[in-house]
Amino acid sequence: MNPRLYPLAATIAIFLLAWVICVMQFPYMLSTRVVGNLLTDNAYLGIVAVGMTVVILSGGIDLSVGSVIAFSGVFIAVMLRDSGLHPLVVFALLLVVTSAFGAAMGWLIHALAMPPFIVTLAGMFLARGAAYMLTIDSVPIDHAFYDLLDDAYYLMPGKGRLTLIGVVMLLTVLVGMIVAHRTRFGASVFALGGGEATARLMGVKVGRTTVAIYAFSGLMAGLSGIVFSIYTSSGYPLATVGTELTAIAAVVIGGTLLTGGAGFVFGTLIGVLTMGLIQTYIVFDGTLSSWWTKIIIGLLLLAFILLQKGLLRVTTARAGA
Amino acid sequence: MTALRRVTPQLLTLAALVALVTLFFPDFLRIEVVNGRLVGPIMDILKRGAPVGLLAVGMTLVIATRGIDLSVGTTMAITGAVAAWSITQGYGLGGALALALLAGVLAGLWNGTLVAIIGIQPIVATLILMTSGRGIAQLVTEGRILTFSHDGMAFFGSGDLLGIPAPALLWGLTAVAVALLMRRSALGMLIEAVGVNRAASALAGVNATVLLIAVYVASGLCAALAGIVATADIRGADANNAGLWLELDAILAVVIGGNSLLGGRFSIAASVLGALIIQTVDTGILLAGFPSEYNLVIKAGLVLVILVLQSPNLAHHWYALRRAAQARRERAMDTAKETGQ
Repeated sequence: MNPRLYPLAATIAIFLLAWVICVMQFPYMLSTRVVGNLLTDNAYLGIVAVGMTVVILSGGIDLSVGSVIAFSGVFIAVMLRDSGLHPLVVFALLLVVTSAFGAAMGWLIHALAMPPFIVTLAGMFLARGAAYMLTIDSVPIDHAFYDLLDDAYYLMPGKGRLTLIGVVMLLTVLVGMIVAHRTRFGASVFALGGGEATARLMGVKVGRTTVAIYAFSGLMAGLSGIVFSIYTSSGYPLATVGTELTAIAAVVIGGTLLTGGAGFVFGTLIGVLTMGLIQTYIVFDGTLSSWWTKIIIGLLLLAFILLQKGLLRVTTARAGA
Repeated sequence: MTALRRVTPQLLTLAALVALVTLFFPDFLRIEVVNGRLVGPIMDILKRGAPVGLLAVGMTLVIATRGIDLSVGTTMAITGAVAAWSITQGYGLGGALALALLAGVLAGLWNGTLVAIIGIQPIVATLILMTSGRGIAQLVTEGRILTFSHDGMAFFGSGDLLGIPAPALLWGLTAVAVALLMRRSALGMLIEAVGVNRAASALAGVNATVLLIAVYVASGLCAALAGIVATADIRGADANNAGLWLELDAILAVVIGGNSLLGGRFSIAASVLGALIIQTVDTGILLAGFPSEYNLVIKAGLVLVILVLQSPNLAHHWYALRRAAQARRERAMDTAKETGQ
């Protein structure tokens, strides 16, 4: 097997092992209901994590996504309440706004040669602040089209519901995989993650790629905001605080190196599902307190990073020999 | 003199902000003596800015080594929980303070070990404690808000000494002590060396590993002090909300202070001024009568302006422009001389 696939294989193996352990304790966890809920509950996280994967592959980071999701929800709720536009028009408007927002951050990062961390931190404040300025209350979404979206699901055998937003998440991961691994843009992203100077020498248009990367992340955050608004049927400016860090953790658990240049979009899906599985297990168990979720996710994060470091050492030693 | 020149941009920003707030709220600079303690918006800023100010001191050192510490807000929650727990268990003030500081040291040792010995990137290494730390704090408080009534402990939040609020005194003293330690010994220079190039500094005989761990321990200690202040202030430990997102404010303070996230030269005075700037913005927006919803947008705008001013690219363009202008002037003088002859 290609040594580059080791982290991905390890991620999948750990996920399956964890599921087997869960099923051994609670046989019902093998039902399609649990699977359906796992996909539905983590749909918004999975989508935003795809964007984060591309950003991290390029060696950057995007701290603004949690705020952008909250902004999206508020934007949709307020627009539907005040303007009478069809939700699909609002969705299109929103995706344009969030993509432009991401592109602006990418441009700043490139033009000012500032670290992405601090530029997207400013973006995080700005998006959250913009959400506050629209409203400080939780605005319910009450629209016939939303009821339609809410009720759209495929009943799997075993009465599990494969909801629309779950399918959207899976499709997004698929699109993310194609974009990252099968397009010229994806190749540029990987090259950039390997090193900006070398990427430039290879003929990668660094400025254009950087703008596109953060615009893509903004687009994903907007899409995630739409899904989150369908999931909660409301817009709330204080929602999804800290989601950017959960997304980063999912990406790291998924086997993508934070230094950039190595990783898989599919791994991110597994990372998201692993974190969802832990939460499901804690719900099933019922005696474990919710703080154990946080501690276990932290320990898992450590375990995955150590595993990656070990694998990296093994592969570089082999390459050196 | 050079030290003063280093913090001039921060001082100017602060002065401009103070002038702006005074324009909207004329009583901004007034300080009164009530019951033997100084009272006024400025004192309020000094007091409220204590947690971020304390965190910024430790964060400056970490960032100077080209690292970052995302866990300080969580460490505040842990140390606050430990302090409140030990008070309620009857360990007394000394015991509570010692245990809280010990928790901060342990958090720093954990981060430092992951970064310096195992070699994990600082942002991920500290992310681990950031995500799991609130769980640890909740474990200590058993998921409740642990309240206590102890006048000695409450002093660190709401007490005052010679009229000055205790939190303000605490962060002022910490900043001065750390700055003196860094600049009156070779420590500051060694930390800068590690930040510029760890491998080269190690070859030059700097014990980079120990220094890196020490820096994260210092950050943990500062977070412990901030946690004690936060807990003492509300006389209780709130594992969920104590120090929430303060790590971002602390990093922002360091960046506003003109310290590069890429490590190297640092100035603690500038970072502390950065923390004061952030707190002045926060308090100023409220005093000036703006709705607090505008707070974040104004903050983001301010950060953007400061980023643009500090951009290495912009500085480069600026020098290029100046050099071009100078060359043009010289050429003009030369032609003037030639035509004069």
